[in-house]
Order: sequence, then C-alpha cells, then structure tokens
Amino acid sequence: MSEIKFDDNSLALVQSIIKRYPEGKQKSALLPLLHLAQAEFDGWLSVPAMDYVASLLSIKPIEVYEVASFYSMFNLKPVGKCLIEVCRTSSCWLRGANEIVDHIGNKLGIKPGETTADGKFTLKTVECLGSCGTAPMLQIGDKFHEDLTFDKVDSLLDEWSNKTEHSKYLDVNTFRKN
Amino acid sequence: MSKKILLEHINVPGIETLEVYRSKGGYSSVEKALKTMTQDAIVEEVKKSGLRGRGGAGFPTGMKWSFLAKPEGVARYLVCNADESEPGTFKDRYLMEKIPHLLIEGMITSSFALGANTSYIYVRGEYFYIIKILEKAIDDAYKAGLLGKNILGTDYSLDLHVQAGAGAYICGEETALLESLEGKRGNPRIKPPFPAIAGLYACPTIVNNVETLAAVPSIVNNGGEWYAGIGIGRSTGTKLISASGHINKPGVYEIEMGITVEDFIYSDEYCGGIKNGKKLKAVVAGGSSVPILPADLILTTANGEKRLMSYESLADGGFASGTMLGSGGFIVMDETTSIVENLYTFARFYHHESCGQCSPCREGTAWMEKILHKIKDGHGTLADVDLLWEIQSKIEGNTICPLGDAAAWPVASAIRHFKAEFEDYVKNPSSISKVKHYHNMNNLATA
Ligand SMILES: Cc1cc2nc3c(=O)[nH]c(=O)nc-3n(C[C@H](O)[C@H](O)[C@H](O)COP(=O)(O)O)c2cc1C
Ligand code: SF4
Ligand code: FES
Repeated sequence: MSEIKFDDNSLALVQSIIKRYPEGKQKSALLPLLHLAQAEFDGWLSVPAMDYVASLLSIKPIEVYEVASFYSMFNLKPVGKCLIEVCRTSSCWLRGANEIVDHIGNKLGIKPGETTADGKFTLKTVECLGSCGTAPMLQIGDKFHEDLTFDKVDSLLDEWSNKTEHSKYLDVNTFRKN
Repeated sequence: MSKKILLEHINVPGIETLEVYRSKGGYSSVEKALKTMTQDAIVEEVKKSGLRGRGGAGFPTGMKWSFLAKPEGVARYLVCNADESEPGTFKDRYLMEKIPHLLIEGMITSSFALGANTSYIYVRGEYFYIIKILEKAIDDAYKAGLLGKNILGTDYSLDLHVQAGAGAYICGEETALLESLEGKRGNPRIKPPFPAIAGLYACPTIVNNVETLAAVPSIVNNGGEWYAGIGIGRSTGTKLISASGHINKPGVYEIEMGITVEDFIYSDEYCGGIKNGKKLKAVVAGGSSVPILPADLILTTANGEKRLMSYESLADGGFASGTMLGSGGFIVMDETTSIVENLYTFARFYHHESCGQCSPCREGTAWMEKILHKIKDGHGTLADVDLLWEIQSKIEGNTICPLGDAAAWPVASAIRHFKAEFEDYVKNPSSISKVKHYHNMNNLATA
C-alpha cells in the first residue's frame, strides 16, 4: 500500500490543473484529481485517498464520495494489477465479444467482476468504448486493443502476467502543465 | 468521388502535427476571423451554412449561437462535447486522434465568434490516449501564439483546456456534462434555463459536438453559402458516419449528405457490402438510441423511394417506418443476427447508464433489461412482450432528459418491426440456439 500523499511532481500538476478553472471553482478539478489519485494509489480509491483529494480542493469528503461513486471508471474496491475491460455492447457483441469474455474467463479461471487469487487480473465487462468499428475490443489502462482474436488475447495475458506495475489510465505526464 | 471537408487531409503524413497541419492551410480561419471579421458576421455565416449539430439532435448551430446571452461583464463559455459514448459512434475519436488541430482551430474560431475567453473540451475518460494527443496539440498551439494572450497579435485572448470524464454516458447530455465539468455527479438539469442563458458556472454557455466545431473552419474560410451548396435540402454539408457490425469495411466515412443508403452499405468506397456474403437483416442508422429498421425499410422508404443518408430521408415515415440520422453510428446486422439479443445489449446499456433521477427511466430501464434477459434465455411469455411494449411507452416523454426516450425507442422499434421474432423466442425456445451462438468462431481464432 502506497502512502496517501502525492509527490512533488504530482502536486505541481494538481496546482496546474486547479488553475484551469476560474477562482473559487476549484471543485471542477475533482474528476482529473480522482483519476490521478487512482493512478498513483494502487489503482483504486480508498476512503483515505478520497479524503486526501477533498483536502487538496478544500471541499467536504462527502462531495468526493458522491462523485467517485457515480462514475464507472473509479474503482471503490481494490482491483488486480491488470484491469481488463471488455466491451460487449451491440457492435462488439455482433463480432464475438461474449466469446472473448468467455475465453478470458476460462483462461484466468474467473468470471466477470472477479479478480484472480494472485491479484494479477481483474476481468470487467463494460459498455461501448467508441471502438465499434474495430470490434471486438478491450481496454487495459489507456490502451485500446482492437480487432481481437483469441491469439491476441492470449499474448496480452502473457504480457501482463510478467508485469509488476499497475495498469493505469493516465500518468503525471498525460496533462499539460500550464 | 464524394466531397471531403473534414477528412480532406486525413491521409497526409504528419497531419497530426501543427507544422504539417499549417502547411495544408490549417488555422487560416483563425487568421481570417480574428483579423477581418466581426463576431456577428461569423455567426451569420454559420447560420447561412445550414450546419446542424452533429452530436445527435441536429439543431441548427447558427441559431443556437444566436441564443447566447451576452450580459455585460459576465464570462461566456464554449464547451466541446467529446463525451462520445453513444453505442456505435466513434467518429469524434477518429477526428481528434488523426487531426487534432482541426478541432482546436474550430474551437478558437468559434470561441472568438461567441466572445468566450475560456473554453473546454470534455472528453470521455476512456479516451485518455486521445487526451494525451489533444494536450500535446494544445501545447503546440499555445507555443505558436494561436492560444493564450493576444492571439496572432490581435486583442483576442483564449485559454483552452481538456477535461477528462470518468465513465458515464449520461455526461454526453449537455447539462449533465456541465454538472460533471463543475466536479459533480452527472445529473441532467431541468431545462429551462438552457445553457445559452445559464450554463457552466451559471454563465451563458454553448455546448457543441466535436464534429460540429470541426466544420466551422471550412465555413469561415469558404462562406456559409458554399457549405449550404453541399448536401441535400436542409441536410447541408458532409457527415461523418461510424460504420460497424457485419460489413466488409467497418470504419469512419465522410459522406456528402444525400447519397443513398444502398450505396453506403454496398459500394466499395464505403462499407463494401455485408460480410461473408450474407444478407442484410437490419440497420441501426444513427447510434443505439434511434429506431432499428429492417432491410427493406432502411433501403427504401414506405413510399418506395430510395432512402438517402440525410436527416429528412432517414426520418421519412416517422417512427412507423423511419428512423433518425442521430450521431451517425451506423450498425449493420446480417441475416443471422438475433434482434432480441441485440436489443438486450442496448437495454442493459441504458439501465447501466440511467442517472436515476426520474422514476420512469430508473425503474423502466431496469425492468426492460430484466424482461429481455428472460426472453432471450427462452423463459419469456407473450405477456412479457406486451409488458415490454407497455413499459417503453410509459418512459417516453416522461423524463427530465432524453435518455429515457433513447432507451424506449430501440425497444419500441424492435417490437414494431420484429414482433414475430420475439414471439418465436417465447413460443419456441428450442429454436433459439440456432441464432444464439452463430458467431463464426473461426474469425476469432485466426489472427
Ligand atoms: C443521453 C444523451 C447522451 C448524449 N451524448 C452526446 C455525446 O456523446 N456527444 C455529443 O456531442 N452530444 C451528445 N448528446 C447531445 C447533447 O446533449 C447536445 O445536444 C450536443 O452536444 C449539442 O451539440 P451539437 O448541437 O453540436 O450537436 C447526448 C444527449 C443525450 C440525451
Ligand atoms: S431520463 Fe434517465 S438519465 Fe435522464 S435525467 Fe431522468 S433518470 Fe437521469
Ligand atoms: S460497441 Fe464495443 S466499442 Fe462500441
């Protein structure tokens, strides 16, 4: 478990993000900051992590909880090192998304919503990710893996079983520092 | 060859960079607007162009802009809607990824026309890799003096920022988007007041789709009349269509409004026909929210005319026999497709995405998902099909935002046009397996 405190680099980014909004409207920075917190603190938002974000923005913790619980990209429980999100809405379903989900589930021995016993993988099914023309698809961190085949899925699973870092949607360099 | 406006230079190597983009005439609309035109003159050209919002509703952009309140001393905002979460739609992503400066140019020119000095691009959080691309492009635009203080030496200043969403289709609804941008849950607001009067931070705000704003530079450069001369009738200009499903060539296509649907599906310039030589069964023409149409009705209207890719032609016949252009998310289904199962994926989607503020939407979408789950698994009854019809009819028109309607229409149209298939699922569950796992596993097994 990492300590719940951003390093200097992240804190500088926090200040630069807050400056994007008018005086007194710093609450607008809440979503970007929650993303940053999730990326920095093990891929999920613990209560201390959310309280920390509240303190950075001078807002009440409840204002953070109610937002964090609304959006599907925020994990309120720990997830595996590699969070696999498979789209199974219409266009992906038409091109075999259910079979991809089953294939991954069988390989990892888990069902959608579950994490492997070794904490490596979490399998999640999600709704349309805007990749319908390259279906079936899945997302890991900020990467889209498209036109999936069983082979492609297998090599992704291999690749990720050897990694030690968490899958992340963003890092401190995603946003411009203005 | 059809007319290309937005994608004219899409295949130029390096077009995502400022340098190459400028070498192709990029940012000339900023030069022209800021140095030679008044704000009102730009709004006038956009009105003349007949440009309609590309986010789904098709509202005339120039008219929307002219509603913007301009109280003295109050900031105004332009917010670009890049939430793109309507199933079947992936064109905004394509534009932002391949030619990010076109959107930035459109935002600068449009912000100037509206008198906004701070503007935001709200991008769905799942598109973080696109956010990276936009942030780099914005950084380069600042360095080139196209953003920031005194743009190109004029007295106009603009700051442009990207905001990341976090996974919520409802944040594509413009007032939910503004709530989200204020750091809140994405609950749509009750309208009026409309954003043009009280939007972001209760200030006058215009919300426009990525593709809408990307069309503005060409209108400013060539004039509204030029744009109005492209397309057909009140469907002026070009439209990006996201084509997916059982076709040979899925992808994003820029079409001149008015080509035939048949041409779009079968010609090699576009979808290239149905995959594996199969027959066409049905099409969802404008993203998940619009009514599904069976093959005969998508190709020809009830009057026997060829159906065209335009707002009017796709809507011809109303909901009895027509559909909508919507966001241009064109999902094609071949003869093996189970309409019931496809509808189930939509029902699950809307249930998942309902913000929960209105009972008809919150409860209705949950019921519809449950009933469809039951029917698709072969446990439904004829009464369930009637109940499904009943529920959708009670959601439509009874909610705060149009998500309720969007959830109802796919259900209504599937039952309207494919009632026999629902009855088959109910009366003859053993026939289901024939359609259920039709997917060609070999397709997935080969690289
Ligand atoms: C549930 C719902 C989702 C929507 N999603 C989007 C979206 O992802 N992108 C978009 O541009 N418009 C979306 N819209 C339409 C917006 O509310 C708004 O009309 C649009 O952004 C206006 O821009 P335009 O006039 O340029 O189309 C959505 C509307 C609803 C009701
Ligand atoms: S219609 Fe649905 S999504 Fe829209 S405000 Fe009501 S509950 Fe929320
Ligand atoms: S339906 Fe899967 S990405 Fe759109």
